[in-house]
Amino acid sequence: MIHLALLNGYRPAWVDALGDGIRDVLPGPVRDREMRLDFGPAFAPDRGQYHATFLLGALLRTLPAPEDKVLGVTAVDLFVPVLTFVFGQAQLAGSAAVLSTCRLQNEFYGLAPDEGLLLERAIKEAVHELGHAHGLVHCPDYRCVMHASTHVEDVDLKGAAYCGGCGSALERSASDAGA
Amino acid sequence: MTQRKILIVDDELSVRQSLEGWFREDGFAVEIAEDGKAALAKMHQGPFDIVIVDLKMPGMDGIELQKRVREIDPHAAIIILTAYASVETAVEALKLGAYDYVTKPVDPDDLSHLVGNILKQRALAEENVRLKEFTTLCNTAPIVGASAPMRHVFDLVDSVAETDSTVVIRGESGTGKELVARAIHERSRRRFFPIVAVNAGSLAESLLESELFGHEKGAFTGAQYRRKGKLELADGGTLFLDEIGDITAKTQVDLLRVLETKRFTRVGGNREIESDFRLICATNKHLEKLVEVGTFREDLYYRINVFGIDVPPLRDRRDDIIPLAEFFVEKYARAMGRDRKPLAPETVELLERYRWPGNVRELENAVERAMVIGREGAIVPADLPLQLERQVVPADTSLAAVEKQHIERVLQEAGGNVTRSAKILGIDRATLYNKVRRYGIKR
Repeated sequence: MIHLALLNGYRPAWVDALGDGIRDVLPGPVRDREMRLDFGPAFAPDRGQYHATFLLGALLRTLPAPEDKVLGVTAVDLFVPVLTFVFGQAQLAGSAAVLSTCRLQNEFYGLAPDEGLLLERAIKEAVHELGHAHGLVHCPDYRCVMHASTHVEDVDLKGAAYCGGCGSALERSASDAGA
Repeated sequence: MTQRKILIVDDELSVRQSLEGWFREDGFAVEIAEDGKAALAKMHQGPFDIVIVDLKMPGMDGIELQKRVREIDPHAAIIILTAYASVETAVEALKLGAYDYVTKPVDPDDLSHLVGNILKQRALAEENVRLKEFTTLCNTAPIVGASAPMRHVFDLVDSVAETDSTVVIRGESGTGKELVARAIHERSRRRFFPIVAVNAGSLAESLLESELFGHEKGAFTGAQYRRKGKLELADGGTLFLDEIGDITAKTQVDLLRVLETKRFTRVGGNREIESDFRLICATNKHLEKLVEVGTFREDLYYRINVFGIDVPPLRDRRDDIIPLAEFFVEKYARAMGRDRKPLAPETVELLERYRWPGNVRELENAVERAMVIGREGAIVPADLPLQLERQVVPADTSLAAVEKQHIERVLQEAGGNVTRSAKILGIDRATLYNKVRRYGIKR
């Protein structure tokens, strides 16, 4: 099961559609729930951002069952040391992932809000981070959702589904986990 | 595709962890090290495509580490991580050969582009090496010969090429044993991998050992860098070991072990390396006799002597002499940018009669010389090396004719100086004058 953890009161209007988007490409049920985490230790005052790895660690401790995956969704800006920002982070072939919608919003770039576009981007990045949690690495096919995105424009360019190779790898990973 | 390897060296745990996670998601095999010492230990365990080095670290700093990394693996691309305050030092690192530097925190897009560019460059460099190897294969000199003995050699080459058997090629020096080895390689399933040649006869024992097995840095005085051996380079392809009859007893033991296991260690190293190669040996010695007298190991002899090919000396395939000579004329005319020259009838006669103790190599050298020194028109006997003319005396030649020819040559070499010529000939000047008059020799 995939748990969509809506962190610290963040509940966008399109959260059901996000669940549907994930369900379209990943096996198993998707359930959303609101969750409160202590963001304090993750905050870096000099950067005004939150350390993604801290949030991942906190999310892991909330996991109901070892075979489940948890995806935290937040609006705060995330970083990992050495990088200026990350859209999200996942435990590779693990159980937890976290996604920030901060830099997926048009407003961040001084543009008019676009809820539809934000949902589309959030679905892609959620499926991308959950792909990492299933053991997938970045894909060279720019249409594949596992293609690396370091710009929001890259996110817009890629599709919301796994390519043939990544899809097969995901099936193998899911069947191995089932076995 | 081979998984790319990256080494991250930073004293800050959070930096190591975040970069490790980021690169793992990108599909890299990632190793991390917290300081210079740990990084160098990792460098010794295997090659890395990229090494990311923090500039400021306690103990060995990034600049020093970069130098040491370069000594171990000059091909690894080094990225320097730095804070704004130390950009000048980062520039110094660039001068020392770092690929680039990035300031912390790094924009993921910049890092992604940087790494992408490094990988593209490496892929191009690797492709270039492969293309060069392939071009070398395509440019391999053909074996010229339509005589019955050479047709037999070609049949044997065709029979054994597709198998993976070890081949021993025997023949006198200069008969073209290496060309036969290359012909086998080119017709084998290993043809898209390199054929690596080692002349065992030309190297001292320690040098041959290093040449074959490679060595680690510091394995011996002067071993400043790690070096791959020919056995490692021949992985997937063919190792051509020339003059195998000349290798020492110790190298014979080492070679036997490699042939049995296809595994070896570099000189001064302890990591076992595997290499899948086919062995083709060549010798101008009588290996069976060497086994009898105990200078060649019997077990090694039986290990290598799976399939034998005897390349005949040129004197036993006289039908090939003129086609070979014409082939070399063509070859050197092209190389020197000159017109192809015909062989004068007396040159043909001379070439066909000569015994060619140096075989095809001697013929090639003779033709090259003729192409260099010859004037306009056909290649005449005077264009050929003197020993050819001296040695070739038709059986029906009279003693007087031989004497006349010899006096003419000595006079020519002495620049027409009778006193010096008489001295060379061992006769007095008066006798030489008489002979010059009698034979009508023009000076």
